[in-house]
Amino acid sequence: MSKKGIEMMVGLFVLLGLAGALFLSLRAANLASFGEHKGYTVVAKFDNIGGLKPRAPVRSAGVTIGRVKSITLDAKTYLGLVTMEIDDDVRFPKDSSAKILTSGLLGDQYIGLEPGADEKELAAGDVIRQTQSAVVLENLIGQMIFNKAADAGETSSTEKK
Amino acid sequence: MMLLDGLAAVGALTIRAVRSFGRAGLFFFDLLLHIPAALRRFGLVVHQIHAIGNLSLLIILASGLAVGFVLALQMYYALVTYGATESLGLIVNLSLVRELGPVVTALLFAGRAGTSLTAEIGLMKAGEQLSAMEMMAVDPRSRVLAPRFIGGVISMPLLAILFSAIGILGAYVVGVLLIGLDSGNFWSLMQARVDVGRDVGNGVVKSFAFGVVCTAVALYQGHETEATPEGVAYATTRTVVVSSLSVLGLDFMLTALMFSTP
Repeated sequence: MSKKGIEMMVGLFVLLGLAGALFLSLRAANLASFGEHKGYTVVAKFDNIGGLKPRAPVRSAGVTIGRVKSITLDAKTYLGLVTMEIDDDVRFPKDSSAKILTSGLLGDQYIGLEPGADEKELAAGDVIRQTQSAVVLENLIGQMIFNKAADAGETSSTEKK
Repeated sequence: MMLLDGLAAVGALTIRAVRSFGRAGLFFFDLLLHIPAALRRFGLVVHQIHAIGNLSLLIILASGLAVGFVLALQMYYALVTYGATESLGLIVNLSLVRELGPVVTALLFAGRAGTSLTAEIGLMKAGEQLSAMEMMAVDPRSRVLAPRFIGGVISMPLLAILFSAIGILGAYVVGVLLIGLDSGNFWSLMQARVDVGRDVGNGVVKSFAFGVVCTAVALYQGHETEATPEGVAYATTRTVVVSSLSVLGLDFMLTALMFSTP
């Protein structure tokens, strides 16, 4: 093959490779939604974060409006400190509440934001006061067994009388 | 006396093994030193990208498509029992981009391009072409070895990307067009869960590392070959064995490094 032909073929090969990279990052990954993500950070404290992970979605009315940035432990209060980034074009009242919810029965955990009624809006760095922790299955089962045992104790003691 | 002979044999074997490692290391270092000289004559590198990359394209694309087809079918059979078929695209995407793309491409690359490099260099050496070049004050390392090395290192990530991309398209053909899954779910779950830096980027880093290893091994085996027909045959075989094993070992280490945190 002539030198020009080879250069042409190599050029096509490299362009094809770049097109593949573009396809992988735009069509088959999250680059398209990654760039336009500019938001403000809000902090919430939870008694128990359950299985929440960084990069988990923040949703309001089921619509994803942000992502969890980081999760740390507050050294003084021993509460889970969740920092999340919310899209700039979505503003919430100051007394909004945050819940840790699960999508589906076995799905990933996410943060659900419920708007409050305050006229002031949450600003960057604000703390969400009202929070509800993740439901821990073990605690739920423990409570149920405890209740059952308490019920059984009551009925057996009434029978004796 | 028998005991001493055995001991000496073990010692000789160890010394030979250590020396071959040292020779390979020195060879690799020498190769890196000659990269700038080869880059100055980029036409040679382009030629090698054609010989290594373009000519491997067909087998890589065909294998990628086949792997995508099979992966989608098998995952569908497994997922349908849990009613989770919408994550078919996501699973195929992650397994291709993170693991199968770089590794299978590297194995095919060692078989398709590595062997031809070894045979070429080995025959050049057997035909005294390398010594002839040195005689003419042309450094065969910057004229012959380094352009091939750069060509391999550039081609390998491109091939791996194309392998993954066509594999995902293959999974789309099987999952959406043949089985009839929802096309929106197929793409949107991928876009929600696959991270460009972490998944796609690390896959490219992997394939780059495999490209360095495969090409360097092929060139070293060709350069160290015995100048006989059997020697070249033996060196070609060793290229495939050594590069495949090092790719698999390296892949384990890279995966442990890259994806250890959830």
